[in-house]
Amino acid sequence: MISPEKTHAEYLDTILAHHQHNANNLLQILIAAQDVHGYIHSDAIDHLSEQMALPRSKIEGVAGFYSFLHLQAAGDYRVLFSDNITDRMAGNIDLMKSLCSQLWVEPGKLSEDGLVCVGTTSCTGMCDQGPGMLVNNIAINHITAERINAIAELIRERVPLSAWPASFFAIEDNIRRRDILLNSQIQPGAALKALLARGDNATLQEIKTSKLRGRGGAGFSTGMKWEFCRDAAGDAHYVVCNADEGEPGTFKDRVLLNGYADTVFEGMTLCARIIGAKQGFLYLRGEYRYLLPHLQAVLQKRRGQNLLGTSILGHEGFDFDIAIHLGAGAYICGEESALIESLEGKRGTPRNRPPFPVTHGYLNCPTVVNNVETFASTCLIAINGGAWYAGIGTETSSGSKILSVSGDCERPGLYEYPFGVTIAQVLAECGAQNTQAVQISGPSGVCISANEFNRRIAFDDLATAGAFMIFNQTRDMFEVARNFVHFFAHESCGFCTPCRVGTSLLSNMMDKLADGNGSPYDFAEIEKLNVLLQSTSHCGLGHSACNPVLNTIEKFRPAYDKRLAHKDFIPAFDLDRALSQARQMTGRDDTGAHLESSHGSK
Amino acid sequence: MDQNKTFTLDGKTIPYTEGQTIIQAAIAAGEYIPHLCFNPEFKPHGSCKLCTVKANGRQTASCTQQPTPEMVVESDTQELNDERRALLQMLFVEGNHFCPSCEKSGDCQLQATAYELKMMSPHYNQFYPDRPVDSSHPEYLLDFNRCILCSLCVRASRDVDGKNVFALSGRGIKSHLIVNAKSGQLADTDFCDADKAAHVCPVGVILKKRVGFATPIGARSFDEQPISATPHPQGACPVCPRSDAATLPPHPKSRGA
Repeated sequence: MISPEKTHAEYLDTILAHHQHNANNLLQILIAAQDVHGYIHSDAIDHLSEQMALPRSKIEGVAGFYSFLHLQAAGDYRVLFSDNITDRMAGNIDLMKSLCSQLWVEPGKLSEDGLVCVGTTSCTGMCDQGPGMLVNNIAINHITAERINAIAELIRERVPLSAWPASFFAIEDNIRRRDILLNSQIQPGAALKALLARGDNATLQEIKTSKLRGRGGAGFSTGMKWEFCRDAAGDAHYVVCNADEGEPGTFKDRVLLNGYADTVFEGMTLCARIIGAKQGFLYLRGEYRYLLPHLQAVLQKRRGQNLLGTSILGHEGFDFDIAIHLGAGAYICGEESALIESLEGKRGTPRNRPPFPVTHGYLNCPTVVNNVETFASTCLIAINGGAWYAGIGTETSSGSKILSVSGDCERPGLYEYPFGVTIAQVLAECGAQNTQAVQISGPSGVCISANEFNRRIAFDDLATAGAFMIFNQTRDMFEVARNFVHFFAHESCGFCTPCRVGTSLLSNMMDKLADGNGSPYDFAEIEKLNVLLQSTSHCGLGHSACNPVLNTIEKFRPAYDKRLAHKDFIPAFDLDRALSQARQMTGRDDTGAHLESSHGSK
Repeated sequence: MDQNKTFTLDGKTIPYTEGQTIIQAAIAAGEYIPHLCFNPEFKPHGSCKLCTVKANGRQTASCTQQPTPEMVVESDTQELNDERRALLQMLFVEGNHFCPSCEKSGDCQLQATAYELKMMSPHYNQFYPDRPVDSSHPEYLLDFNRCILCSLCVRASRDVDGKNVFALSGRGIKSHLIVNAKSGQLADTDFCDADKAAHVCPVGVILKKRVGFATPIGARSFDEQPISATPHPQGACPVCPRSDAATLPPHPKSRGA
């Protein structure tokens, strides 16, 4: 690409002006700066530091937190294979090896000519059309051996990404079952008009009556959250839409943002009217960056329709607009307080709570953070009323839930059901056969086995943010858990000791079992680690990091037992194997050069 | 302010004022709760989790948790001390800690807390991370091998010195301390001996050169008595490194690179 020397001020000044030199936009500035050269040049940081009056250490500290930002040259082509378990099941590792061998590179290492780097990344949210990958942060799905050959050729020939076949970048919605939300065809402005006709308080009351609960997984009452925020004192109030859909196996927000963006933005505007916010943010995960032009266009259209901006729909004082902030590869930013830190241009470290965002959120002001699906659902309630909504679903879980179905089934994609649907019904409708297990709500959720398939999707039974990953009888549930544990270790923010170190210890223990060095001792260690992480971790990531292992040990014990070759403790360290390097260097391979023979026994 | 508010810590009545956290009130009352990232001179951070207590039956970091009237706080229990020991073991295996050759030995809070909690082994497999030492600065050495990511130097430099010499970068197990210089070297920052940040490291990362063994092993802070038994002056924690402004040299102008 372009020679970086001495040209930084030119492009950076444009970026800085666009972001008002505002430190709260540091992450957005760094993302834009990286686009120019594929990494953030050291001289570029000098210029940013000077222009923004920020210490270099702060800028590097922020950049160093996010997986998609690079402080060293990372290749003109940065290829990241999505590494969720569903990608694994679809053969992503072999495909990555094939690409690496065709390009003569090692995974994770920049090629000597600086052309390309190939590696893995956490789930890219394309599990219904995997295996997936990101090339320079743009998604490509349905990776096949043929597609890998073509990509290798395109990279070798240095064809710019914009000239790659458009079919590579096609992304499907795969909506398989529609209910109240996915069937809705809300005219832009309809929900806002309903709100303005009914009144702010009355509309809030409808949302409370609807018993709508947050769709991001935690299930807090949306009406109460909005009311708390409205009643909290602060210089300003903010609305934030959490579109950092990072939980492996979840992809419903991607489809909502693609096909129902108007409804999502309208839900945010309803909230703004009720809590008295002038500014909203949509925090879009970096993996969904391809959606950005579409979302910007919808926002622009809404401004033109007077559904955003000043005096919305002619109501003086009803001023609200929405900015989109991009993430850059950090699962933890889906946690609401970490998301707010990231919105403020900082490292995505979860805050100490209380206080909660409803009183101390963005810039320490009262802030509502809701999931994409939650905001969209509020439009249905504004139009149809709370009682109507509360009549759908179950007593504790009103309305509908969109499931992101992936894994071993004939028809992966989105399935919207009223709450209360059984697992068995979902499995039947998506064409799953010989199902061994379903992972509900991703790695941080719960793994259920065949004798539990009569359980229901509901807050008081199987609560979920939407992920629904299916594993048939041929799958090794140990490898499922190991994949999830590695995910948590990769995504731990590193703030607190138990999660930072504990998730890595857990990964190492699972690798030890995978290597055939497991013993009952290791099981006891995992149990102890779980108690420690549950009781001392700073946030939910640490609390749930052991869940996949404990769940699968409990329900799929044979998958572990076959790896327990030893009754007694076996260390992970193999002394004889460690000697192999010395043997190679000395050219010896006699019995005296082996531990077992020299010591008689192992 | 209501002076009569109290909670109990392991059965003892502890008075507190509004805004104080559990550990702040406990230290003011002369009680010890193990801690590493907490230092009374700084805003609580809540990252090391050593100070985890049970407050009304729920586990929480006592440095960030404020007490409520009549709250029952448990700290010195077998269960909590077992967990703290495991957290210490994690900190030991995560870095490269070789006490016998460390010049902070005897003055090190990590070491002293490990003795206090009777940690007899690292228990977990060592990570042996590769963390090069920065000896570029004429007066100070940075031995990152011992960093426990408490961020006290980050907070001191930012909030007290107004310099931002230190920051954390990376994520997860790859989190690490960086300095504010393009070269990445301490010599190219405006760090100096008069900085608060030079005197807050609870372990042996930020070390003054040429005075390493001025106080011999055996005559150091925690050689005299265990970390929990050091007498507590009013409101301050003697365990935590403090800079005494009167004994420090006057603050020089920032060094050029």
